[in-house]
Amino acid sequence: MDLRDLYQDIILDHGQHPRNFHKLDHASHFANGHNPLCGDRVTVYVELDGNKVKDVSFEGRGCAISQASASLMTEILKGKTLDEADALFKSFHAKVTGGSETGVPAELEDDAERLEPLTGVKTYPARVKCATLAWHAFEAALKNGRIGATVKTE
Amino acid sequence: MSLDPQALRRDFPIFANNPGLVFLDSAASSQKPNAVIDGVANYYRTDYANVHRGVYRLSAKSTELYEAARARVRKFLNAKHDSEIVFVRGATEGINLVAYSWGGTFLKEGDEVLLTELEHHANIVPWQILRDRIGFRIVAAPIDTTGGLDLPALEKMITPRTKLVGVTQLANATGAMVPVETIARLAHAKGAKILVDGCQSAPRMPADVQALDCDFYVFSGHKIYGPTGIGALYAKKAILDAMPPFQGGGDMILNVTFEKTLYQEPPARFEAGTPDISGAIGLAMALDYVDAIGRDAILAHEEALTGYGVDKIASLPGIRLVGAGQHRLGILSVEAEGIHPHDLATLLDMNKVAVRAGHHCAQPLMDKLNLGATTRASFGVYNDERDIDAFAAALQAAQKAFKR
Repeated sequence: MDLRDLYQDIILDHGQHPRNFHKLDHASHFANGHNPLCGDRVTVYVELDGNKVKDVSFEGRGCAISQASASLMTEILKGKTLDEADALFKSFHAKVTGGSETGVPAELEDDAERLEPLTGVKTYPARVKCATLAWHAFEAALKNGRIGATVKTE
Repeated sequence: MSLDPQALRRDFPIFANNPGLVFLDSAASSQKPNAVIDGVANYYRTDYANVHRGVYRLSAKSTELYEAARARVRKFLNAKHDSEIVFVRGATEGINLVAYSWGGTFLKEGDEVLLTELEHHANIVPWQILRDRIGFRIVAAPIDTTGGLDLPALEKMITPRTKLVGVTQLANATGAMVPVETIARLAHAKGAKILVDGCQSAPRMPADVQALDCDFYVFSGHKIYGPTGIGALYAKKAILDAMPPFQGGGDMILNVTFEKTLYQEPPARFEAGTPDISGAIGLAMALDYVDAIGRDAILAHEEALTGYGVDKIASLPGIRLVGAGQHRLGILSVEAEGIHPHDLATLLDMNKVAVRAGHHCAQPLMDKLNLGATTRASFGVYNDERDIDAFAAALQAAQKAFKR
């Protein structure tokens, strides 16, 4: 595999210039994600408005893949309902872990497509956790409310 | 006597089975020579039975080989008595054994265990677990600005409260050498014991526990061309004699009733259950292999490669070598500007360069150096300058890929 298959421009771009990289002042939920294997850390902030992700941001340090994944995630999840967010995570998780594909509704296909460059990690088992760390933190943030929770990628 | 890495590579089938592999991760675990792979297989084929039990000939033969392996380790470390060698799963279990048995018996509230900032988690966590039970203090001697151990600071930290100094001889994360002989003298002058973690030094330089005058010394077989799951703890006889068992079970007892059990003398007292017989025998074969090459020759080889690597890295713009004080051996930890170590290791892997990326089980040291992680290349007898050139070229390729 060529290195540019894994490190596509969009990953290098988001890895080096992450979007929504800040604390969220009006966050209703947040969680810390930690990958003890490599020391990557990410904090995901979510502002929920009813059933909708009104805003989402992150802070942290880590490899290009974990930073790019977090950055893309925040762009994609803004404005989504919780069900839509869940569907996107499930489909993304299946793609990077080589699990059975779960489709997404037609209106989410463009978003799922944007995550496609990250799926190159599936041939690098040690790197899958880098790509899913922020998503796990997002999930933990919602699950544990305002109380911060540390999640470890399984 | 010098060493020919190209010839030695032929002893390691991993290279024939992985053409183009540039293996620079021996500090994590070394590759295995045919002498060990075949030796262990042959032992299972021809001489295997449990030890210390059967009266039949095969069991006696197995026992003989197992105890000969112990004698081999004694000779390797230049210990005085075979009974000073306890087989363990590795250095980690060795330190846990010392903490649980010796520490659990002789450490009290108010005492201090002095470690260093260079330590591997294996020489930190067992002491913390014990501390939380007993209530002594753990103090850590700092590194200086060059990344080497601050020896004057360590000297000041040895006080009458210090009961044990636990120190690595060669820091696994950075390659910093530590003058353990001097530290042993300083510790003993204040009545403290010293434990030396020889994991990285045993494969790379001569080891002599009597010359070091250390009280405890641990190393792992898998880092010295031997099998996984085996290692050795050396402890001075008088100290081992006074230590209670670590684990209970078969093989470590003299007599058992439901009221009371009498324990064996060391080393059997510390080897409950069927030991890793083939591992011990394989370890002895690995030590034979190492001594056939010659430990002075290995040291000279590791020093030459280290010097070559340091110069090579220094010539690469944007690559920084993590400091290791005045004396570095066998391990080069680097940082590449703007590239996370995990990305770097994946990019290197695409060029078949196998290195370790991460915190190297030395998070306190990484925190002190203000690094989340590093990318580490480490050497073995099968490495030569071309491997370092390949490492350097792969680093440059990674930099190019990340430059946009």
